[in-house]
Amino acid sequence: MRDPQYFNYLPYRRRPVIRWPNGGHVAFWVAPNIEFYELNPPRNPSRAPWARPSPDVVNYSYRDYGNRVGFWRMLESMKRCGMRGSVSLNVATCDHHPEVIQACMAHDWEFYSHGTYNTRYLFNHTEAQERAVLQDSIDTILKHTGQKLDGWLSPALTYTERTLDLVAEMGLTYVCDLFHDDQPTPVNVKQGRLVSVPYSLEMNDTIVYNVNLVSPRRYADILRRQFDRLYEEGKTSGTVMCIPLHPYLIGQPYRLDAFEEALSYITGHDKVWLATGREIASHFLEHYYDEFLLASTPVGEAP
Amino acid sequence: MSGLPEDYLSTPLRRYGMDHERYDWSMLPERKPVKWPNGARIAVWIIPALEWFPLNMKGQPFKPPGAMQTAYPDLRHYTLRDYGNRVGIYRIMEALTRRNMKVSVAINAAIAARTPSLVRECAKLGWEIIAHGRDMDHLHHGGMAEEEERLLVIDSIKRLEDCSGQKIVGWLSPAKSESFITPDLISESGLKYLCDWVNDDLPYVMRTRKGSVISMPHPIDIDDYTILVQNHHTEDDFRDALIDQFNFLYKESSPEAGRIMAISLHPWVIGQPYRISALEQALDHINRHAAVWSATGAEILNAWSSQAK
Repeated sequence: MRDPQYFNYLPYRRRPVIRWPNGGHVAFWVAPNIEFYELNPPRNPSRAPWARPSPDVVNYSYRDYGNRVGFWRMLESMKRCGMRGSVSLNVATCDHHPEVIQACMAHDWEFYSHGTYNTRYLFNHTEAQERAVLQDSIDTILKHTGQKLDGWLSPALTYTERTLDLVAEMGLTYVCDLFHDDQPTPVNVKQGRLVSVPYSLEMNDTIVYNVNLVSPRRYADILRRQFDRLYEEGKTSGTVMCIPLHPYLIGQPYRLDAFEEALSYITGHDKVWLATGREIASHFLEHYYDEFLLASTPVGEAP
Repeated sequence: MSGLPEDYLSTPLRRYGMDHERYDWSMLPERKPVKWPNGARIAVWIIPALEWFPLNMKGQPFKPPGAMQTAYPDLRHYTLRDYGNRVGIYRIMEALTRRNMKVSVAINAAIAARTPSLVRECAKLGWEIIAHGRDMDHLHHGGMAEEEERLLVIDSIKRLEDCSGQKIVGWLSPAKSESFITPDLISESGLKYLCDWVNDDLPYVMRTRKGSVISMPHPIDIDDYTILVQNHHTEDDFRDALIDQFNFLYKESSPEAGRIMAISLHPWVIGQPYRISALEQALDHINRHAAVWSATGAEILNAWSSQAK
């Protein structure tokens, strides 16, 4: 397909007004990616698992640092700021590192699925295979956390043309894979009601540190600037800010204090709704989904 | 789009712990605390690398950081790497000697053949020598025959030992690249520690075919190449990263539970006149703290091993 038509057109300044609970200007959520990368996974023809030939011990062990070391520091920073996480979870981590999952549960964090492993890509899956991956996520998260699976972020941002349709059909309510907006929007799927909750690649520590190569203090500045503007605009109509994190990156000693300063700056504001992905999606589904859909227009066929 | 084989979804290693047998799953906060000598909270471990990148390097199976970049002959990168071993390393030596700091220097065996006096000078300063493979164009990798890799390991250690007169105990693979059996070969060669894996802030035990080898926390983040060359940050950013790293570890540590601050350096990077003071300023910040223990990798390993269960 040339254009997936996942969302209708609804310009930022011409849409129904969003009000978040308790007069919040910004729905703020933090999405730690709790991941497990395999040392020697099977090969998907569309993407090599590692930058270097197998075994890529540097890149593998760098990510392993997140679970052994970085997660525990990130958890403490978030606790000090009173911030719950919405965990983007490679569900196999429940089996490999149940202690990490239990620590998240002990602090009332939410879990959504980020696939099985971050080294198993959805590219080229048959429909039956993709359904099996989704069902495993639903079952594993329920079994280990007692939570119903509501959210989806594709493993390593890999997809088929069917992914979002299947996510909705199998009873999930929100996705983090679309980067088209600063507010939630309805997603066009074959059946069910699905919401896109703004996640962010701009605020994502992987993009910031591994792609844009910025310094920790600069990252903190980026986070504050993003928040300040969304807070201001949110007085008119509620906005969403997400900070997606990876413990192997943010949990490095030289990065934590700058991050925590920015986080505490954000959570210290009066009119910020400290939310989870599920809470934002539910609020939108209940109050604005229909209105947004009605106000929007289908995108035309390009010549 | 073609489908994938059915077994793409099979996950035989989905189980408690790791997906391999090399080491056990272990969370840093649950770790048995380690005490450093004299109530120190931070063991400061400085690791410059002396490297040789051949002018006609093949860059297989991948180009290591610092590799030649232009068509042959790439004189600009070749000579700039050599700058480190002629000039830059002497700036580092002065900075560290003036501050009475211990050092472990990772050396490609080719340096022992090309400029043996440099290796001997490091040894004379009391620097510990870590074997760093043959050169930056002999990467250890999964496609390698065991015998070929074994010879590289043994030959590298022998050349460095013969040149320096030191008994070598530590290994850093060129570009931190390993085959599936590098830790086995390192252990079988009689070495005690390995610096390639970046998953921890403390030493930990790796299983090998014959006994064990200790993985030491040699960084890729707190590294002049990463910050200054790869990330294009300023000298002040580099200094601040070192200071922030130290401050956080200092806060996290106590005399009962020590941490390691490891600093990886490349003389052709940090040894430039306009950059060296960034290192000096960071070291001065670190040395203003009393509970700091400047040590070699071997010393840190011995202190840790004597307390490990």
